[in-house]
Amino acid sequence: MNPAHLMMRQIGYENRSFWRNPAAAFFTFFFPLMFLFLFPNIFGDEEMNYFGRPTSLNTFYVPTIAAFSVITACYTNLAMSITFLRDEGVLKRKRGTPLPPATYLGARIAHSTLIGILLVGIVVIVGVLFFDVDAPSNTVPAFLVTVAVGAAVFSALGMAITGVVPNSDAAPAVINFSILPLLFISDVFIPIRDAPEWLKNVAEVFPVYHFAQAMLGSFDPFREDAGFEWGHLAVVAIWGVAGAVFALKKFSWEPRR
Amino acid sequence: MSDTAIEVRGLKKSYGELAAVRGVDLTVQVGQIFALLGPNGAGKTTTVEILEGYRKRNAGEVSVLGFDPERNERAFKERIGVVLQETGVERFLTVSEVIELYRGYYPDPLPLDEVIAVVGLQEKRDVRVNKLSGGQQRRLDVAVGLSGNPELLFLDEPTTGFDPSARRNAWDMIRNLRSLGKTVLLTTHYMDEAQSLADRVAIIVGGRIVADGPPGALVGAAATQTRISFRVGRAAPPLPARLRSPDQAVGEIVSITSEDPTRDLHELTAWAIENRVELEELDVSRPNLEDVYLQLTADEAVSR
Repeated sequence: MNPAHLMMRQIGYENRSFWRNPAAAFFTFFFPLMFLFLFPNIFGDEEMNYFGRPTSLNTFYVPTIAAFSVITACYTNLAMSITFLRDEGVLKRKRGTPLPPATYLGARIAHSTLIGILLVGIVVIVGVLFFDVDAPSNTVPAFLVTVAVGAAVFSALGMAITGVVPNSDAAPAVINFSILPLLFISDVFIPIRDAPEWLKNVAEVFPVYHFAQAMLGSFDPFREDAGFEWGHLAVVAIWGVAGAVFALKKFSWEPRR
Repeated sequence: MSDTAIEVRGLKKSYGELAAVRGVDLTVQVGQIFALLGPNGAGKTTTVEILEGYRKRNAGEVSVLGFDPERNERAFKERIGVVLQETGVERFLTVSEVIELYRGYYPDPLPLDEVIAVVGLQEKRDVRVNKLSGGQQRRLDVAVGLSGNPELLFLDEPTTGFDPSARRNAWDMIRNLRSLGKTVLLTTHYMDEAQSLADRVAIIVGGRIVADGPPGALVGAAATQTRISFRVGRAAPPLPARLRSPDQAVGEIVSITSEDPTRDLHELTAWAIENRVELEELDVSRPNLEDVYLQLTADEAVSR
């Protein structure tokens, strides 16, 4: 069987497994939509100056919750499921078959990316239809590129974090601890312009902040140019390369108990 | 095509300071069921995982179907089947979906229905893996290992946790594999399993092979004594002189260790008929593999 066909077939089976676990599938989709609904209501519906002009809070939240969607699918979900498969011995079994390791892990990453893209699409559509958000048209290519870069980078980081998760019991705690604080200080859950300077400096070290900025930039309704935030994307990409290198060194196919 | 499936010479493997395998030699012929026996921590699993390509050796030569397993070549993986002690499969797929998924990894897999039939899961084919019992999941493990139609199948403790009838079924299944011309390398704790299935047995203790041969020959070489036991009434006359051993006790079970069982039995039964004594619960037993194994592992424990 040629590699592309083998990969497509594996993605198909991953997809079937994913939807057969309805609770997991439901919450993967429910969380971003819940936040999209909750945050603007909690923080008030009034206008704010985000993109240099008065804009509704919803216009801020559609791109940031889209960013959160990519992170939850490619980082959190991928890392959790890989850790569980590792401890159940599924990864070790795959290693004993002729299926090339890159094809198997590639299929898992591709499936997470597809789920992330589906979520981003739902968030944007819900935003436009129900939250009165202006979707920019001239920055669509930048938005798509940013989503793709984010999916690749957070998948690499998701694979990397499995290298430090000791076992599947610890997976939810370790993985959530590694990402939740960053989501709060990086312009994803809350606009951070009023945060203390030192907290912003901390946020700027990590990729979540830069990914959020690139998503916001490519969804800015007043923007005249193509909307690419090359500087932020470069920082995100560097984290991706570092994550991939770490994952290649520390990834384990065998249970750690 | 050579008729040697596995050839191992001077295999060594250490984990840090701990020497797990300390110079193992093994030869497994094509078509054989070969059992590797040994207590926990003896180096069984380490040896098998080196042969499967999961571990790198520190020293020695290893050839499995002509491949060096350490290189993890795809062509090698296409020709072996691996059933590990603790492995899972995709929990949300059904039995037939899982087998179909794994069949797709191999160039020349066994037909789906045949795989399901060999492990006896016909009635569970549309049941999801997370709804199967432990024994059924173990059979599915074996089915997945078989799905690629391997020439050589590794079975690491395939019947651990099975009830007696499930074990008999599994043994029939493994014998079926031999009739298909497969080579099987089996590890087990159960002596009766090795004795009943294996063409050849190697006993590994402390990282070394302490005995290697057909089960019958191992038993024959290690012990030549036969045990004769029976029960006689209190009123019975004394036994013939040559059968009086220090541990006899009239009215209870008499147990005699015999080096010449044909002659001793003849004398015993002649005495019984002559004196009209009933030999209740007469039992003549040869030492089995378990006796040999216990003796060998005890020797090793003493010499360490």
